[in-house]
Amino acid sequence: MPEPLLEVRGLAMHYPLRGGLGRRLRGRAAEVLRAVDGVDLEIVKGETLGLVGESGCGKSTLGRCIVGLEEPTAGEIRYAGELLSAQREKATRRRIQMVFQDPYSSLNPRMTVRQTLAELLRAHEMVPKKQIDARCEELLELVGLPARALDAHPRQFSGGQRQRVSIARALALEPELLVADEPVSALDVSVQATVLNLLDELREKLGLTVLLIAHNMAVVRHVCDRVAAMYLGRIVETTETQELFTNPRHPYTQGLLAAVPRLVPGRSSEAVAVAGDPPSPIDLPTGCRFHPRCPIAQEPLCSERDPVLESGPDRPGHLAACHFAWGEPVPAHVPEIIQEAT
Amino acid sequence: MAAAATADALGEAIPVGQRRGFRGRWYRTPSFVAGVSILGTIVLLAVLAPLVTGFDPTYQDLNHTLQGPSWHHLLGTDDLGRDTWTRLVYGARTDLRVAFLAVLFPFTIGTVLGLFSGYYGGWVDSITSWFVNVVVAFPFYVLIIALVFALGSGTRNIYIAITLVGWVSYTRIIRGEVLVAKRRDYVLAARAGGLSDFRILFRHLLPNVITQAIVFAMSDIVLDILAIVTLGYLGLGVQPPTPDWGTMIAEGQTFLTTHWELSTIPGIAVVVTALGLSLLADGLADLLRPE
Amino acid sequence: MSEPLLRVTDLQVEFQLARGILRAVDGASFEVQPGEALGLVGESGSGKTMALRALVGLLPRTARIAGGSIEIDGEDIVRADESRRRELRGHSVSMIFQEPMTALNPVMRVGDQIAEGPLVRLGLTRRRARERAVELMRLVGIPDPLRRAEAYPHELSGGLRQRVMIAIALSSDPKLILCDEPTTALDVTIQDQILKLLRSLQERLGVTLVFVSHDLAVIAQTCSSVAVMYAGQVVETGRVEAVFREPRHPYTLGLLRSVPDFDLVHERLSSIPGAPPDLAAPPPGCRFHPRCSFAREDCIHGDFPLLQLEHARATACIHHDVCAEDVRREPVIADA
Repeated sequence: MPEPLLEVRGLAMHYPLRGGLGRRLRGRAAEVLRAVDGVDLEIVKGETLGLVGESGCGKSTLGRCIVGLEEPTAGEIRYAGELLSAQREKATRRRIQMVFQDPYSSLNPRMTVRQTLAELLRAHEMVPKKQIDARCEELLELVGLPARALDAHPRQFSGGQRQRVSIARALALEPELLVADEPVSALDVSVQATVLNLLDELREKLGLTVLLIAHNMAVVRHVCDRVAAMYLGRIVETTETQELFTNPRHPYTQGLLAAVPRLVPGRSSEAVAVAGDPPSPIDLPTGCRFHPRCPIAQEPLCSERDPVLESGPDRPGHLAACHFAWGEPVPAHVPEIIQEAT
Repeated sequence: MAAAATADALGEAIPVGQRRGFRGRWYRTPSFVAGVSILGTIVLLAVLAPLVTGFDPTYQDLNHTLQGPSWHHLLGTDDLGRDTWTRLVYGARTDLRVAFLAVLFPFTIGTVLGLFSGYYGGWVDSITSWFVNVVVAFPFYVLIIALVFALGSGTRNIYIAITLVGWVSYTRIIRGEVLVAKRRDYVLAARAGGLSDFRILFRHLLPNVITQAIVFAMSDIVLDILAIVTLGYLGLGVQPPTPDWGTMIAEGQTFLTTHWELSTIPGIAVVVTALGLSLLADGLADLLRPE
Repeated sequence: MSEPLLRVTDLQVEFQLARGILRAVDGASFEVQPGEALGLVGESGSGKTMALRALVGLLPRTARIAGGSIEIDGEDIVRADESRRRELRGHSVSMIFQEPMTALNPVMRVGDQIAEGPLVRLGLTRRRARERAVELMRLVGIPDPLRRAEAYPHELSGGLRQRVMIAIALSSDPKLILCDEPTTALDVTIQDQILKLLRSLQERLGVTLVFVSHDLAVIAQTCSSVAVMYAGQVVETGRVEAVFREPRHPYTLGLLRSVPDFDLVHERLSSIPGAPPDLAAPPPGCRFHPRCSFAREDCIHGDFPLLQLEHARATACIHHDVCAEDVRREPVIADA
């Protein structure tokens, strides 16, 4: 595999919680919210990596650490070989940019589109002063918006249009890596397709590398080259998209895939995909974090030993963190997937 | 593909120039219009004082004291023969100017402190919050009166006293708003974009958090007018012979049973001004919301 | 065919705005057979939520039903007075909301909230009502119900809160349960649990469901029939199987083609150009025509009520056969 563009090793993000004093006086450890708890990740230049998981799994926090909006508690992030921290130089910041989920809070309501874009162009001296307006127009054209949108305020746009402006803003600094945090979740279905197609097109045109954070598995299947699934602050499985959807090896991933409702009517089983509720990230289960909800968990192994993310014997690119991922027999849940229409 | 994308985007019309901002709505907000009208009239009169009044406010005509309204003296005269109407209008000048400036200093200082403590947190926030809690523990008037008493009366000391006490409200408001606003995605985007803290504070946060403070400032002017009037009533405020509603009320007290108008007229002026400012605050609150 | 439990005919819901009248629902017609689940699907601005709320009389203060009829078990509740509607509400008709945290009373224990219906509506004794509450909690799959009944809503997870809401909806033995996007705010594994719960409850208890969602796949899994709404009107109805495999309205087709589906039924995601119209000033003729790739001259004028087709289907598109032809050439769903 070629040298990764972005490398994350042992990343952790722990938030101490208030009220720790009382507990500490009683001799117990202070409560800590482990949003991200030991993540190893690699992204290769030019690929789209999907980061999936449900609420509380830490994917958004991980995204923010990569973009430099939060300082990780532990671990390191390397970009093109260089170590990164949250305190970054302007030049470094340019290379990783973010598109946010909520179209209604991702743009400053009191600035016009032109002001938002020009501010960034000027701060990084992207183009000579005289060319700023022309560049703003070019950026809007890239995302399919007319030049007259430059002088409008965010409130004059629809959700989908705002997301496009957000994308234009992210591209203003000509980044190499784009972190898209659930960019279409808040949009109507028919608009989602527009924005997703746009992202795909831009990726090809500009040679971008994309980290797509999503909770919608279907979106991920359409758009990503590789996928990493997270649960309670850790990556539980990662491999190429096709492989993940046809041969998931971690029970949580299997459950996640089985839980997705299908468009083809009547195509779902009676049994529930994953039982129970996710535990609180403050009070984590011992051993394997998924074991309380796992259909194939075995005592005492699963409640005592935390499985390691490792690859199978003949599948080097496919990693899963389960004691039974690569053994026989094949784990219980394999979702029924319909082959693509040709 | 870009052409196709553009075509489809153009299909979604962007209603450019839609007048839903401030400029489009101000005349349709009754409280704002009412407030501006009342206040505007008062301010206009105050500004044009020499033109709308016939006398010098300190001119004493001892032959015509305590007179009722007449063509010569529109609202009569006081016990020293000074024309009430003239003193009222010049009093407006004094009180409005002092109140406005007395709000400006706390507003500015409080806002900046609120911005910094809300954005940076840490020890900046701890220290600021401690001071806030200390000042807030005392009743507003007690502090003001005590300070002016200690510093001595006069407009300069009024400014100092009100500033020392008044910044607190603005800091609290702005800090609270900043704590919420700094988590908004557009602020995160600005940080991710490598913009300087200064730029983020003053270009991204300030315009979006200042609304509440402006609205509060309007009602703060009312509070300050009352404070100045009270100080004047207590003899601690604006010094004679400068006309001021507070001193007018105080001086008229002795004649309450016979010439009640000497106290009541400035009193009504205070009420009307306060009303105008409150309506204005109400209207502004409505209008300054960005949606 | 038996009489439908719910029949909505030409429903109109109006909002009184500063700048005029806005018709959030402008001519919606659909019906549900007893024991069935009807999906009401549409994007934002389609009017589906307002239509649902009109059914139970829970419209916001500024809105009112301006026309049409809503017949529940033959009785037109639009003509009924408020006291009759209140009687129906929470008894024959109950509702499940999207956000359990705001729909549940935060200062009341969940057991008490579930018992409230039977206590007040069914006239059970306090003890019997409590027993019923525990029974219901068990029915909706809440583990350790006796202990959980003492909990407050904020102490429960999102999935459990939604189950509590379902228990409350069932507590007064309703005939009809209205669901307002009950799983939109939930994680996909929890959504899966709740949807399967609803389906099994429906089968066991024979309740009728009207399920509002913007998620076509959720509708496909939960409902047997569907009504598609656009710009305040119902544009297509029919059995879910039939409508999704062979849509007969260009909007339905466009929607189906733009949904990123798990099974990769279409590699390329297409989108519907343009945006939904401003409901205060809708386009003349067919409301979808400005965005429709099959639009012709005759789509620009006139009214387009639902045309009844065979096999209990209906569509508002006069060129529905062109649409069907397009689907045959490029199917949306083609399974092995």
